[in-house]
Amino acid sequence: MSFKPKTLPNPPKPHPQPNYPHPLYRLCCRDREMLMASVTTISSHLTSAFLSTPEFCRLSQSLHSSQRQRRCTRRYVPGTISASIDLKPPPYPLNALEPHMSKETLEYHWGKHHRGYVNNLNKQIEGTELEELSLESIISASYNKGDILPAFNNAAQVWNHEFFWESMKPGGGGKPSGELLELINRDFGSFEGLVHEFKLAATTQFGSGWAWLVYKEHKLDIPNARNPRPSEEDKKLVVVKSPNAINPLVWEYHPLLTLDVWEHAYYLDFENRRTDYISTFLSKLVSWDTVSSRLEAAKVLVAEREREMEEIDAIDDMDTIEPEDADMYFGSDADDFPEDDE
Amino acid sequence: MALRTFAKTLGVPSRVQQQLRGLQTFTLPDLAYDYGALEPAISGDIMQLHHQKHHQTYITNYNKALEQLDDAIAKGDASTAVKLQSAIKFNGGGHVNHSIFWKNLAPTKEGGGESPHGSLGWAIDESFGSLEKLIAKMNAEGAAVQGSGWVWLALDKELKRLVVETTANQDPLVTVGPSLVPLIGIDVWEHAYYLQYKNVRPDYLKNIWKVINWKYASEIYEKECPK
Repeated sequence: MSFKPKTLPNPPKPHPQPNYPHPLYRLCCRDREMLMASVTTISSHLTSAFLSTPEFCRLSQSLHSSQRQRRCTRRYVPGTISASIDLKPPPYPLNALEPHMSKETLEYHWGKHHRGYVNNLNKQIEGTELEELSLESIISASYNKGDILPAFNNAAQVWNHEFFWESMKPGGGGKPSGELLELINRDFGSFEGLVHEFKLAATTQFGSGWAWLVYKEHKLDIPNARNPRPSEEDKKLVVVKSPNAINPLVWEYHPLLTLDVWEHAYYLDFENRRTDYISTFLSKLVSWDTVSSRLEAAKVLVAEREREMEEIDAIDDMDTIEPEDADMYFGSDADDFPEDDE
Repeated sequence: MALRTFAKTLGVPSRVQQQLRGLQTFTLPDLAYDYGALEPAISGDIMQLHHQKHHQTYITNYNKALEQLDDAIAKGDASTAVKLQSAIKFNGGGHVNHSIFWKNLAPTKEGGGESPHGSLGWAIDESFGSLEKLIAKMNAEGAAVQGSGWVWLALDKELKRLVVETTANQDPLVTVGPSLVPLIGIDVWEHAYYLQYKNVRPDYLKNIWKVINWKYASEIYEKECPK
């Protein structure tokens, strides 16, 4: 009896979980900086002084495909990198939205509430592994699939408020145009249809929360089910509302526009009249340009992800064991199994 | 029952039918004090808005939801009846909670802020160590409520003891435990304090104790736990 070595095919690679988002896709500039930083400290060409400069921040920011710019702060401590979340100011002076949103409101809303979330978050993450992460990664980690951890409220509220300031501009309002308007007409019937739904969501968000326009890339609402035959029609604009600090990132949607309906957002200017606040926001403050560029960025991200998933699928197909190969494992050859009397 | 079917056959409008069925709707209760009487702890502006706008809106919407629910039940429309539950909880809860709240407050010259005497005072010392410690606990829990809600001093009438609880949004206290009787509720929705205290909820909580009506709380307590 001789032993015949068999060349077995490579064992199948484990299927990658088709959970969106794959962590790499959510890497924001800060995470990539961390990666780069750890690589470059090995190199003697870059000193830690360079790593703390705005030049380095801009370099690594340009690696990130998202339109969103994150400001990087580095406390210069020789040989170490540490970072905190910034209080990002609105892209206009605090009085620029008058008379529709008063300077006083901005002073409290940005200067106290938003600032409070930032300071409290930094206190919470200091000395923990969350400190190393970008804001979006902190949100994802602390959301913890719904079993919310303490840092979530502050982290999500920091993100939400940044997103909110950028959703508005002086002289805002009017109508959207271009591809955004086309999708609005397709998914809501008309611009008025969108306005109606958005107003409804904002009015009926009971207690504290937010109303959103989002770009939803999958038709299936279950996070661990992958849409097997995605098409352009599955990618739609949707209006959603969320309570307290929750935002659509945790549902894996792409936010395009938000309105803060916590009472502190409108009480000084409108008292209890939330409906008037919502109308004013839509007719005088919303920046449809920003919404359009967010939509573009979301489509780019979605296209990238689809390409990556296709590549992963292609690799999977190559590794799949055909049924007839299964014999090779169990030995169709009698020689494999020594007879007892040999 | 006969009257109801008779009314339906005649084509009597549903609103009249509801009155025949005896659907009770609600009206805004009056305050026992002027809007400005709780100053400087709570401003008159806040009291007026809070009472005339916020509480009134809860009542209006609660009545509307009740009428729709009544209709749905009469027609056997189960989906509508179920769909209305959240509106009933929000608005009915808002009415229940605020009705208690107005009685929890009193101007200082009418006893607002005076420490509880009698059996409630004893029970507080037993359960929490002292009134100061109870207040500190309620303030900490009230400040920690994320978003909108209430902080309560409650009597658990089964276990016969005092507890501090919080509820979210306008959930009434019974949603936390069916045997809980509210003694003191403090509204920590932003509308309750924003015009005066802005984002500093802890200051509002510190100051509201100056106008808390312990007499009312004692009455409720003594009714549930007679000596």
